[in-house]
Amino acid sequence: MLTLTCPCCGVTAEETEFAPGGEAHPKRFGPDSSDADFEGYLFARANPKGVHFERWRHAYGCGKWFLAARCTATLEVFGTYPAQTTAPPADVIKKIKTKRPEWEGYK
Amino acid sequence: MSTRLSKGGRLIDRAKRLNFTFNGKPMQGYEGDTLASALLGAGQVMVGRSFKYHRPRGIIASGVEEPNALVGLGRNARFEPDQRTTTTELFEGAETRSQNHWPSLEYDIGEINDSFYKFLPAGFYYKTFMAPQAAWKHLFEPIIRKSAGLGAVPKEADPDRYEQAYAHCDVLVVGGGVAGLAAALREGRAGKRVWLIEQSAHWGGRTPVDGGQIDGFEACDWIKATLQELETMENVTLRTRLMAAGQHDHGYVIGLESVGDTRPGADIPRHRLWRIRAGRTITATGAIERPLAFAGNDVPGVMLASAVRDYVVNWAVSPGDRTVIVTNNDDAYRTALALLDAGLSVPAIVDAREATHGALPQEVKARGVRVLEGRGVARVLGRKQVKGVEICAQAGEGGAIETIECDCVAMSGGWSPVVHLWSHCGGKLIWDAAQAMFRPDPARPPLGADGTAMVQVVGAANGDLSLAAAMGSAGLGACSSDEAPMMPVWQMPAGAPPALRFKSFLDFQNDVKVSDVQLAAREGYESVEHTKRYTTLGMATDQGKLSNINGLAVLSDALGQPIPATGTTTFRPPYTPISLGAIAGEAKGALFQPLRRTPVQSWHEAQNAHWEPVGQWRRPYCYPQTGESHREAVNREITNTRANVGLLDASTLGKIVVKGPDAGRFLDMLYTNMMSTLPVGKCRYGLMCNENGFLMDDGVVARLSEDSWLCHTTSGGADHIHGWMEDWLQCEWWDWKVYTANLTEQFAQIAVVGPKARQLLEKLGGMDVSKETLPFMQWLEGSLGGFDARICRISFSGELSYEIAVPASQGLALWKKLVTEGKDLGVMPYGTEALHVMRAEKGFIMIGDETDGTVIPQDLGLNWAISKKKTDYLGKRAQQRPHMTDPNRWKLVGLETLDGSVIPDGSHAPADGYNANGQRNTQGRVTSTYYSPTIGKGIAMGLVLNGPDRMGEVIEFTGEGEAMIKARITDPVFFDKDGEKQNV
Amino acid sequence: MSNAVSALQGATYQGFVTVSEAGLIGMISIRGDLTSKPLLKALKTQGLSAPAPRQIVTSNDLTLAWMSPDELLLICDHSAAAQRAQTLTEALEKNHALVCNVSDARALFRITGSKADQVIMKLSPADIARLPMGEMRRTRLAQVAAAVWRSAPDEISLICFRSVATYVQGLLETSARPGSELFEAAPSSS
Ligand SMILES: [Zn+2]
Repeated sequence: MLTLTCPCCGVTAEETEFAPGGEAHPKRFGPDSSDADFEGYLFARANPKGVHFERWRHAYGCGKWFLAARCTATLEVFGTYPAQTTAPPADVIKKIKTKRPEWEGYK
Repeated sequence: MSTRLSKGGRLIDRAKRLNFTFNGKPMQGYEGDTLASALLGAGQVMVGRSFKYHRPRGIIASGVEEPNALVGLGRNARFEPDQRTTTTELFEGAETRSQNHWPSLEYDIGEINDSFYKFLPAGFYYKTFMAPQAAWKHLFEPIIRKSAGLGAVPKEADPDRYEQAYAHCDVLVVGGGVAGLAAALREGRAGKRVWLIEQSAHWGGRTPVDGGQIDGFEACDWIKATLQELETMENVTLRTRLMAAGQHDHGYVIGLESVGDTRPGADIPRHRLWRIRAGRTITATGAIERPLAFAGNDVPGVMLASAVRDYVVNWAVSPGDRTVIVTNNDDAYRTALALLDAGLSVPAIVDAREATHGALPQEVKARGVRVLEGRGVARVLGRKQVKGVEICAQAGEGGAIETIECDCVAMSGGWSPVVHLWSHCGGKLIWDAAQAMFRPDPARPPLGADGTAMVQVVGAANGDLSLAAAMGSAGLGACSSDEAPMMPVWQMPAGAPPALRFKSFLDFQNDVKVSDVQLAAREGYESVEHTKRYTTLGMATDQGKLSNINGLAVLSDALGQPIPATGTTTFRPPYTPISLGAIAGEAKGALFQPLRRTPVQSWHEAQNAHWEPVGQWRRPYCYPQTGESHREAVNREITNTRANVGLLDASTLGKIVVKGPDAGRFLDMLYTNMMSTLPVGKCRYGLMCNENGFLMDDGVVARLSEDSWLCHTTSGGADHIHGWMEDWLQCEWWDWKVYTANLTEQFAQIAVVGPKARQLLEKLGGMDVSKETLPFMQWLEGSLGGFDARICRISFSGELSYEIAVPASQGLALWKKLVTEGKDLGVMPYGTEALHVMRAEKGFIMIGDETDGTVIPQDLGLNWAISKKKTDYLGKRAQQRPHMTDPNRWKLVGLETLDGSVIPDGSHAPADGYNANGQRNTQGRVTSTYYSPTIGKGIAMGLVLNGPDRMGEVIEFTGEGEAMIKARITDPVFFDKDGEKQNV
Repeated sequence: MSNAVSALQGATYQGFVTVSEAGLIGMISIRGDLTSKPLLKALKTQGLSAPAPRQIVTSNDLTLAWMSPDELLLICDHSAAAQRAQTLTEALEKNHALVCNVSDARALFRITGSKADQVIMKLSPADIARLPMGEMRRTRLAQVAAAVWRSAPDEISLICFRSVATYVQGLLETSARPGSELFEAAPSSS
C-alpha cells in the first residue's frame, strides 16, 4: 500500500486516505471535436510499466486533487505536485530523468 | 518414550502446574510450556495423523515450521482447528484434540490409504476424476469434499474480540534473537524510533539453547543486558508474541499479536492486527532447520535436531531415552551435547559426510559417542513410535549395515534462512552453494517509496548461520564452536530405490514424498510453480517451511539442472496463518460499516419503520401499523398522502451550495439545461450527465442569490456529485471563481405533501405559504413555527408539496411538531416505497431505476431539460455520437397491464427471432413497476424500441415462469397529467 | 434555540479513557483566498488571524483551524454561529468567498485520559504520536472521515459528520474498552 505526500496540505499519508483518479493531464475535448480526439479523451489511457503520472485526491484529508509521478513497476514515487497544470513541472521531470535515464520523457 | 526431565527447563516454572486434556485425557504441564512441550512431557509422542495417508505423526519441530502437530483447540464457539502445538502457549484448562482420523487417533479407518500409497501418487485426483461430467456432481465432488480440509470447522459464531492498531516507526526490527537485539540496540542508540517485535514469548532466539559468547559476555548475559538497555530507551518499543506476517509496499508491515490466546473468555482482545508503517525493516528472522529425506522420516519420534535440544534445554523434556542423530553438518552435534548433558543416551551419530573433523564432532567423540561417517539412514523402524534405524552407506542404495535401537531420531539437513519478509515485496535471492541454501541478494533488495532498499536482513536470515557471522555483521565480536562445511543431502541414501523414496517425505502436512516430485518431473512439470500445484508441495498451512528447499532440490535433480535454475516458489504473506477475526478487526456487527443517520432517525426507529438501504443511509421503506403488511402500509401511506397530508424525511437529499462570480457558468456546464438564467428565489429541475453522456444525477436547483445556487442531488449521489464538482473546479477550470460546500448534513429536510399540506404549515405559522407568495418552483426563508426554515415548493409526488429545510439540530423537533399539529388533518409519515410509487404515477424518473449508466436523458423523453442554446455541457459531445442519436434507441414509455397485475421487476419484452447467441431478441424492458393504489392496478415504466411512436400498442412482458403479461404502451404520466394538484 | 439537539446529546463512555460527544458546538466553514486582505480583515474583526497550514489556534473561546489551502473552520458557541456566519458573509460580500454555518453537519467528540492516543491508534492510519499540539490532522477513522487535534493535555478532540456520529461513538467505545490498552504508557513519538 502506497504512501503519498499531498502537496496541498503537506500531509504524508497512506493510500487509504486518498482516492485514485486515473491518468493525469487529460485534455478535454468537447463539442466540435473530432471523433478521434474525443475517443482519445474519453477512452485512451496510458498503462505503462514504468514512469506514470496519476491523479489522486486527498479524500480523507484536505479534499484537494493533486498529481503524482510514480513508477508502476517499482512503486517509487518521484514526486507529487498540484493539479493546476497541464504538464508535469520541470523539477519533477528532472528528478525522473536522473533516476530513469532511459525514460523517453513526458509526451 | 518422551518424558519430563527432573531438572532444568529454562522457560518453565515448575511451581505452576497447568492442567489440560488431549483427546479427553487429562494431562499436566507447566507455565512456560507450549502445547507441544507439554504433550511430549506427558509422554504423548503421536499427536495426529497425516492428511492424505493417515499415517501416525508426531511433533517434528519446536516453532512455526511445525507441519504435523496441529490440534483442534477449545470447544464449542471457541473451538479452532489446526492450532500449532509448537507455538501455542499452554494454559490452564486447554482442551486439545488430534485431527485427521476416525474413529480415533490409535485406530483409524483411513489408515488404509497408506497401504494404497502406490495408487495415490501426485496428481491422483486430477487423473482419476475426469469423466463423465455428471459423475462430478453426484460422485466425485462429494467424495473429495469429504476427504478435503484440515481439521473441523467451528460451527458457531466466534465470540472473541479482535482489534487492529496502526504503528509508525523509523526502523522495524523483526525477530528478537541476538541479531535482532543487536540491530535494535544500534538503531535505538542512534536515536531512531524503533519497534522490535518477536513472534514468540521469549527474547534471544536460538542462542540461549545453542550458547556462545557475544561482545565478551556469555550470550545469555548479553541478551539480558541488551534488553535492559533497550527497555530504558524511550524511542524503542519492544513487543513479544507479535508475528510479522507480511512486508508490503512502501514499508507497510502487517503483524499479528496474540493478546488473549491463553485466557479464553477473558474480556480482552484475542488477537490484534498491527498495521505498521516502517521507514526501514530489518529482518532478523533466523533460519529453519531442514529435515532429511529418508524412508520413515515421518514416524513419530523423528524430529529436527534443533527441536530435540530445544525441548531438552527450554522445557526439560526428553523426546526419547535413546536418540540417534542423523546429519550432514556440524550444528546437529550440539543436540548430542545437550542430550548428554541431560543424562540421555546418544547411541550414534550418523553423518553423511565421509569425514568429520570439526570442533563439535571432536567434542562429541571425546565424550564417547559413536560417529558413523559416510553413513545414512536406510529406513526408520516403527510405526506409531520410532523403534530403531537401519544404517546404510550414504552413497549406496540402502542395504542395511546395522540396526540401532532408539526411540528418537534427531535429523538435520542444514538450515534455510527465513527470507519471507525480504521476498514478499520483490527482494531477490542468491544460491549459497557452500551452505546449500537461498539467501537474500543484497544487490537486489525490495524498494521503498524513495526507490532505495526498504528491507535489510541480518543474522541467520541473511545466511550468517554461525553466531560469529551473525554478530560480526552487527559489528559485535562473538564466538561459538567453529563448524566444518556441511554436505548437501537431498535423498538418503543417495541411490535410494523406489521403495525407500515412496516413504521419504518432503512435505509432511500434505504427504508429498520424494517419489511424487520425481513423478511430476517425469510427467513434464518443469516449473517449480507448476510442480508445487501438481504435487501440493508447500501448499499446506505451513506453506512448505520445511519442505520447499528439499522439494526443489529433488526437482532440480530430476530435471538435471542446478538448483538456482529451478528457483523458488513465490513467498507470499502471511508468514504464518492469521485469524480472520483479526483481519475484520472492529468491523463487525453494528460497526461492520457506517450507517448514516438522519436527525429524525430515532423517531423512525421508535415507529418500527421497515428499512430500505440507500447508500449508507437506512431510510424508512414504510411504517407498518399493527397487523399491516408492508404492501398494505405502502398503499395506506400513498392514499393518505394523496387525500390528506404525508411527511417524508428527505434529509438524505444532497444539498450543495455553489457560489462565486463563475458559479452560473459552472452550473451551465454541469447541468444539461440552463441554470445561470434561473431567477433568484426560483427553483429548476436539472440533469447531470457524465462525459460519456449518460445520465448520472438529477435534482432541483434553487437560486439563493445573485452569485449562489443550492443544488439538490439524489440521496445516494451527494458525496459523488460534490466530488465531481470539485474535480472539475480543481483540475479543469481552476481559474474559474467558484466555491462549493456540501451542506447535506447541515439541514434536516422534511417534505410536507398532500392537499392539506398548506393547512398544516399554516397551523405552524410564521410564514406566508400561500400560492401567491410561494408558488410552485419557488423558495422562501423565514421562521416557521419558530424554526429557522427554508421552504422549497417542489414536488416529487404531484401533490401540493413543501420541502422544509431546518438546521439538523432542529430536525427532530420540527418533525414532531408537524406530527402533532397535523393530527387533525390526518398527517401520516410515508416511506421511500410510497415515494417511489407516487413518482411513478406521475411519470417522474428515478436515478438508478430508469437509469443504469447506459441511459441518456434523450432516452427518457427529457429533451425539454436539455438546452439547445448551450455550446457545451458535460456529456454533450458524447450525446452527439451516432449510437446516441440512433432513432432505434429504446425510449421511455408508460406500461399498463391489461389484467391489472404488476409486471415483475426486470422483465423484458421479447421480440421475434433470436440473436447471434441463440437468445430471444428483445424490444424493451421494465425499469420501474409498482401496484398503484391510486389507479388501482399495476403500472410500470420501461424502455421500449420506438416506444413513443407505439402508443396504445399491446406488447408482452415476461412474467413469473413461462407466463407472459400483456401491457399497453401509454404515456408515462398516469395521474394528474396537467399537474393541477401540485399547482394549487 | 430550545429545539436544537446535538447528534448524540452528550453521550459518554468510560473506558480506559473517557469518550464523550461534546453536545452542540458552533462551526463555520470559510472558503476564500486565505491571504487576501479582506478575508484577513474580516477575521481580525472577530479577533482572529489566519492559521498556517494544518494549524489550529484558540483565542478567547474561538478556535480557528486550517482545513485546506482555501478553507478555514471556525469553532464557536452553537448559539452564536448563525449570527457570526452572517457577519462574516456580510464582511466578505464584495469578495469571492463562501461562509457557511456547518454546526449541525458535524459532531464533536472529546477523548480524555493519558491513553487517549491509543484509541486513535486503533482507528486511524495517521501517526498520532507525532501530532503536535496546535496542529489538526484530517484523516480516516475506520471507514469515515475525521479531524483530530490535541485540545488540552491528555485530551484529543475529534470532528466527524453528524450522520455517522453513532458509528464513531461505537468505534471510540470499542477501542477504549478496558483491557485493550496498547501500552502501559504512551508510546514515544521520538
Ligand atoms: Zn492534502
